[in-house]
Amino acid sequence: MSFYVVQFLTGLASAASLFLVASGLSIIFGVTRIVNFAHGAFYMLGAYMAFTLTERLSGTVGFWGGIVLAALAVAAVGAAVEMILLRRIYKSPELFQLLATFGLTLMVEDLVVILWGPDDLLGRRAPGFRGAIDVFGQNLPSYDLFLIVIGPVVLGALWLLFHRTRWGVLVRAATQDRDMVAALGVNQKWLFTSVFAAGVFLAALGGALQIPRDAVNHTMDLRIIVDVFVVVVIGGLGSITGAFAAAVLVSELNAFGILVFPKISIILVFLVMAAVLIVRPWGLFGKAETAPRRTPGSAVRPWRPLTFAERVAVALVFAAAASLPLFGGNYAISVATEIVIFALFAASLHFLMSAGGLASFGHAAYFGLGSYGVALLAKLAGAPMLVCLLAGPLLGLAGAVVFGFFAVRLSGVYFAMLTLAFAQIAWSVAFQWVEVTGGDNGLLGIWPARLVATPARFYWLSLAISAALVVALRVMVFSPFGYALRATRDSALRGEAIGIDGKRVQWIAFVIAGTIAAVAGALFAYLKGSVFPDSLGISLSVDGLVMVLLGGVETVSGAIVGAIVYKALNIWLVSQTELSKLVLGGLIIVLVVAFPRGIVGMAELVVDRLRRRAQLSASPPSAALAQDIESAK
Amino acid sequence: MKLAVAELNSFYGQAHILFDVGLEVGAGEVVALLGRNGAGKSTTFRSIVGLVAQRSGRIVFEGEDVSARPTHAIVRAGLGYVPEERRIFTELTVDENLEVGRQPPRRNAPHWTPDKLFTLFPNLGEMRRRNGGHMSGGEQQMLTIARTLMGNPSLILLDEPSEGLSPKIVEQMANAILTMKREGVSILVSEQNLHFARLISDRAYIIERGRVRFSGSIAELDARPDIRDSFLAV
Ligand SMILES: Nc1ncnc2c1ncn2[C@@H]1O[C@H](COP(=O)(O)OP(=O)(O)OP(=O)(O)O)[C@@H](O)[C@H]1O
Ligand SMILES: [Mg+2]
Repeated sequence: MSFYVVQFLTGLASAASLFLVASGLSIIFGVTRIVNFAHGAFYMLGAYMAFTLTERLSGTVGFWGGIVLAALAVAAVGAAVEMILLRRIYKSPELFQLLATFGLTLMVEDLVVILWGPDDLLGRRAPGFRGAIDVFGQNLPSYDLFLIVIGPVVLGALWLLFHRTRWGVLVRAATQDRDMVAALGVNQKWLFTSVFAAGVFLAALGGALQIPRDAVNHTMDLRIIVDVFVVVVIGGLGSITGAFAAAVLVSELNAFGILVFPKISIILVFLVMAAVLIVRPWGLFGKAETAPRRTPGSAVRPWRPLTFAERVAVALVFAAAASLPLFGGNYAISVATEIVIFALFAASLHFLMSAGGLASFGHAAYFGLGSYGVALLAKLAGAPMLVCLLAGPLLGLAGAVVFGFFAVRLSGVYFAMLTLAFAQIAWSVAFQWVEVTGGDNGLLGIWPARLVATPARFYWLSLAISAALVVALRVMVFSPFGYALRATRDSALRGEAIGIDGKRVQWIAFVIAGTIAAVAGALFAYLKGSVFPDSLGISLSVDGLVMVLLGGVETVSGAIVGAIVYKALNIWLVSQTELSKLVLGGLIIVLVVAFPRGIVGMAELVVDRLRRRAQLSASPPSAALAQDIESAK
Repeated sequence: MKLAVAELNSFYGQAHILFDVGLEVGAGEVVALLGRNGAGKSTTFRSIVGLVAQRSGRIVFEGEDVSARPTHAIVRAGLGYVPEERRIFTELTVDENLEVGRQPPRRNAPHWTPDKLFTLFPNLGEMRRRNGGHMSGGEQQMLTIARTLMGNPSLILLDEPSEGLSPKIVEQMANAILTMKREGVSILVSEQNLHFARLISDRAYIIERGRVRFSGSIAELDARPDIRDSFLAV
């Protein structure tokens, strides 16, 4: 009995930081409509800053002063980020905002390693809260009691701030109608900056308060942000009360999940989240978004069947790719195989994003499940390669069926957060369930059948499978199913009016994209001969998004071109610099801010302009007009 | 001259909506902008306060061209705007709605406080803690005007204040507008309802398909039934 009480109190103590970070995220989202992926990074910065400041400043005042100063300093960084970066992307699609703030996260991860080193840092204990107290014969750190009190205190302080100060009233008004607030003479720019700084302050305070409890390290950002996404999905984005209730719920589920499913404690959180989403898709305290926001891909309709000339060009490119082993060495061939596999992965995501209008932030889950499917069949059942390749991806399919069922109930940022959380759950299972998955050590020794055991043959196999599936995706886009999918993307209501079951269509698309990603994952397992939890991880999911973005979301060949350029760049970058995250994060931000159309999109724009200019100078205006009308058809 | 608009052209995307609109409001005047549905009244107002992104022309307020300024700066200069759709903050109480509109006092304009506004709109005084979402249309219309007055404007743009209100409330509204005028606020009010406009205004413009078609006193307008019949719904 006493054990359960202590477990419960520990859960409450963990909820404090989670609540601080989640409420900061919610406040920022309420006014700016940006889901700040970098919130985890600010939490981490808060912890590092607090570590340094509490080391430097001595005594009780020094300690608590250090905590608050750390949060203030990080809030100032946040204000600078808002002015330099976010002001440029307030009007961008949600996906771009998420990606840009993720790029920022990557940069911060490398920066803290530069500044504080790669090792875990153990912070000072809080003065006055060093001991433990006795709860029915069990020990509970007294600092945990302090944290248990902090949560409700901050909740109350926030309530006062939002109801008793002019700033708070302005923020609440702006949450409902920002333009009207401006039309009453309030400078939105500063309101946004101050709101962002306030949200970052909360995140950094959450991080700073963790240092007496947990070691500080450079991976704590992703751990917390996934939990925070789960919290806001359950509690309802934009609701502070919801953030509090859900933070407590999630922390308790984590605390007790260990007792119910010792190996895979995260399952319990997943089950509760699933239940909430079925009953209240917008979270316990959230409100349904009245007007769903534009998702990328919905603005244009680049989908038309290829012309004859384009088909010939595609065939030539394919032939050129197939001839690579005739002159390339083994290293080149293995790099090319990897690129081909990732092109397939990116193409499956691109299909979901452009035809489906669904930007998944956890597409790697299905890639990784495909890898694990193959590895488990090969290792546990000793199945031959052909069987593994055919049956392994079924694990990805199963994952997509289950996760997709819930994910397509949401749209926009909620969809993105939920897919990310699902992927992280899959990752946790692979990581924690050591008996089956080998945990962090992965599963090794997955070798292709003799027939395709040479690099060249395996390359051809991968190329053939990838090409066939990319063609299949294209065919699907122009099938009646593809039409229904695009109709749902453009207007779910109108689609339903003509008898399309939008959710079902999106679910099927999700499963198709997931299964194809799983095939790519299956090939990848054979290419590497091993599988690790990383193949389900956030960074791989984001790699996929960046590939699509780099190539151009709203283009036909974007995913393929993006995958080739990105993968080649990535392999080269990792060989050149230790700070690949810093460069990659910077690249993502530059892409989003300066080149949102991607490579193919830019190329199309340039070609289009040149063609127009040539036409205008070569022909009388009426002919150019006729041409315009022709191309508009 | 309080406000002088000249050669105002506005666009929504490709659509050209306003064509060389020009109008003036003198200090202490109440001027009506009349026109049918879709004539361009709201677009004119939104353009003046900078809520229409694509616009060109001169907007001179108290001697300064404000056309390049952002919306909040134009409003802060003392040019209040009451939108047609009311857009009160439904999650905020009456008092809080007023607080959002509050700006420092201005030398050349009357100074409004919540108490003073509650004598102008007595209904509001009885529901200070009520949420904006739980008010009738007429109460919301009063609140949206009161909220803008909290900014102590020297000129106020009122977009169709009588729209959708019962005759009794319309009469209250007309009285409130005349009180505002007496306090020294200049007013540009858009209307389709000629009777209401006649009650409150000194002069009128008629706008039709984005062009100003008539300008003159109410008496002059009354003398031209042809104009009234061709540009206004009767
Ligand atoms: N956001 C918009 N996008 C495109 N066109 C618009 C938009 N708002 C208004 N219009 C068009 O601009 C024209 C002028 O509209 P406006 O709202 O200014 O008219 P109005 O005189 O205020 O009419 P009402 O009496 O109905 O309020 C109309 O043809 C309308 O269809
Ligand atoms: Mg109007």
